Amino acid sequence: MIETRGLRKSFRSRAGRETKTVEAVRGVDLDVSAGEIFGFLGPNGAGKTTTLRMLATLIEPDGGQATIAGADLLKNPGEVRRRIGYVAQGGSTWDESTAREELVLQARMYGIAKAEAQRRAARALEAFQLTEFADRKCKTYSGGQRRRVEIALGIIHEPKIVFLDEPTTGLDPQSRAHMWDEIRRLRTDGMTVFITTHYLDEADALCDRIAIMDHGEVVAEGTPAELKREISGDVVQVGLDLTAANAVGKLLEGEEYVNRLEPLDEGALRLFVDDGATAIPRILRRIDGAGLDLKSIELHRPSLDDVFLTKTGRSLRES
Amino acid sequence: MKLARDTWLIFQRQLHLLLRNPVWVFVGVFQPVMYLLLFAPLLKPALNAPTQAEAYKIFVPGLLVLLAIFGGLFQGFGLIAELRAGVIERSRVTPVSRLALLLGRSLRDVVSLLAQAVIITVLALLFDLRVFIGDLLLAYLMLALIALMTSAVSYGVALKVKSEDALAPLMNTVAQPVLLLSGILLPLAFAPGWLQGIARWNPFSWAVDGTRALFNGDIGNDRVWQGLTIITVLAAAGVFWAARQFARSVR
Ligand SMILES: Nc1ncnc2c1ncn2[C@@H]1O[C@H](COP(=O)(O)OP(=O)(O)O)[C@@H](O)[C@H]1O
Ligand SMILES: [Mg+2]
Repeated sequence: MIETRGLRKSFRSRAGRETKTVEAVRGVDLDVSAGEIFGFLGPNGAGKTTTLRMLATLIEPDGGQATIAGADLLKNPGEVRRRIGYVAQGGSTWDESTAREELVLQARMYGIAKAEAQRRAARALEAFQLTEFADRKCKTYSGGQRRRVEIALGIIHEPKIVFLDEPTTGLDPQSRAHMWDEIRRLRTDGMTVFITTHYLDEADALCDRIAIMDHGEVVAEGTPAELKREISGDVVQVGLDLTAANAVGKLLEGEEYVNRLEPLDEGALRLFVDDGATAIPRILRRIDGAGLDLKSIELHRPSLDDVFLTKTGRSLRES
Repeated sequence: MKLARDTWLIFQRQLHLLLRNPVWVFVGVFQPVMYLLLFAPLLKPALNAPTQAEAYKIFVPGLLVLLAIFGGLFQGFGLIAELRAGVIERSRVTPVSRLALLLGRSLRDVVSLLAQAVIITVLALLFDLRVFIGDLLLAYLMLALIALMTSAVSYGVALKVKSEDALAPLMNTVAQPVLLLSGILLPLAFAPGWLQGIARWNPFSWAVDGTRALFNGDIGNDRVWQGLTIITVLAAAGVFWAARQFARSVR
């Protein structure tokens, strides 16, 4: 449904006298299948929005190519526009307009006739449970309501693919859960959904497949289960004083049952081991034997954060 | 066909939003009305005009051109607000015509300018201004073209600078000399030669002369067709340039 090869984009920005070049996206290859929820997971500044804006024809790539819903991004952007919907990260509704007005306008900008646009707006308001305040100005809506209007705007023309840039950022937990249901409903309706997120649980629970992005590159791709399976065994996280962390790191690095050791910020260490149940007592003995103090120790199954950590050397939770 | 349909769509939307808050049309007309009521009465003695009506024939066209220039140049602020709200980006992912995104907005500005021009003309009629309807309509065409050009340029610049803080000084810096060098407040006939020389390079000066000739019933005056031609060419260039900004603007 979406196929990209070597998609690149850099920005020149001026800071005082110097011009700096930011390589926002450096060669992204993606294959998104029809009918899946595909997730782009990465920290702020990873290049998720820039990639989406290229795919949505808003900015021209510096290099690479893409086919979206059968249309060539570079040769036929007009056709791409007709086939996709795009919901921007920062919002897209006008304070002084009502949801109904916005929906009718959006449908008509896609060339839909007035009467049909009004029917579709009414249907979308119903589907997203917005009918009650459809004729109130957008500035009176809550964050979650406004987000729902924006998603409805993105799909009013029934596109094959919809891009949702951080659809749940800034929402309270209840609105987030609600939004997840809405997004799953889009998939049920046969749409391909491409979302970006920096929430691990969202990528895990909502997405059929994800690509992990960092510094403009895709560092891992697969289903959440596949990605986690790449990390065999268990993960042990020990919390220590900042000073102790270094010493303990050195101490445990040489142990044969530790497959990999990654220091986190704030004096924590994450250890990848084959079997947590046998590793923990040995770790404890080692730390105790060296006369060092331990603040906490926990054991968990590999998470997407562990995948991110092994690929980038940083934890997504902390960045 | 698609262009006309899309332009109409954007125009309707923008006009609808304007009419929801029509106070802005009146705020815009407040200052020129003050000039008309409190400044124009000084003109008859100052200009040595035989009657009050004669003084208004000189002053009102200048005032209207001033309104068209300023009204247009400051439209960019509204666009920056739309840019910030994400409305422009939302429009740009649809197949809607980029030229229509500009024209729909600029035509809304033209309509609002003409509404203001009518208010001012009617008030001036109360002060014994008399002008033939045909001449007046041609003068309105001139005003419409000026507003089309200045609002288009303002939108184009807004898309380039993307911030009110940059737009305000820029527009003021452009507007002030343009204003002073166009003989808007007093005819440049009073100006020394060097000032007239510079003003010849100001297209608005031609437009003001043309509009004054029309208010004077002098439709055959060369300045009428010259002014209309110059402003038409500039308006077309302004619209073309600004529409390109809509097509390529980044965030
Ligand atoms: N219009 C722009 N001009 C300059 N730099 C930009 C622009 N858009 C994005 N960037 C930079 O590109 C990088 C990637 O940004 P973005 O794609 O927004 O990341 P994400 O959406 O993953 O948080 C960042 O360093 C950001 O500052
Ligand atoms: Mg982003």
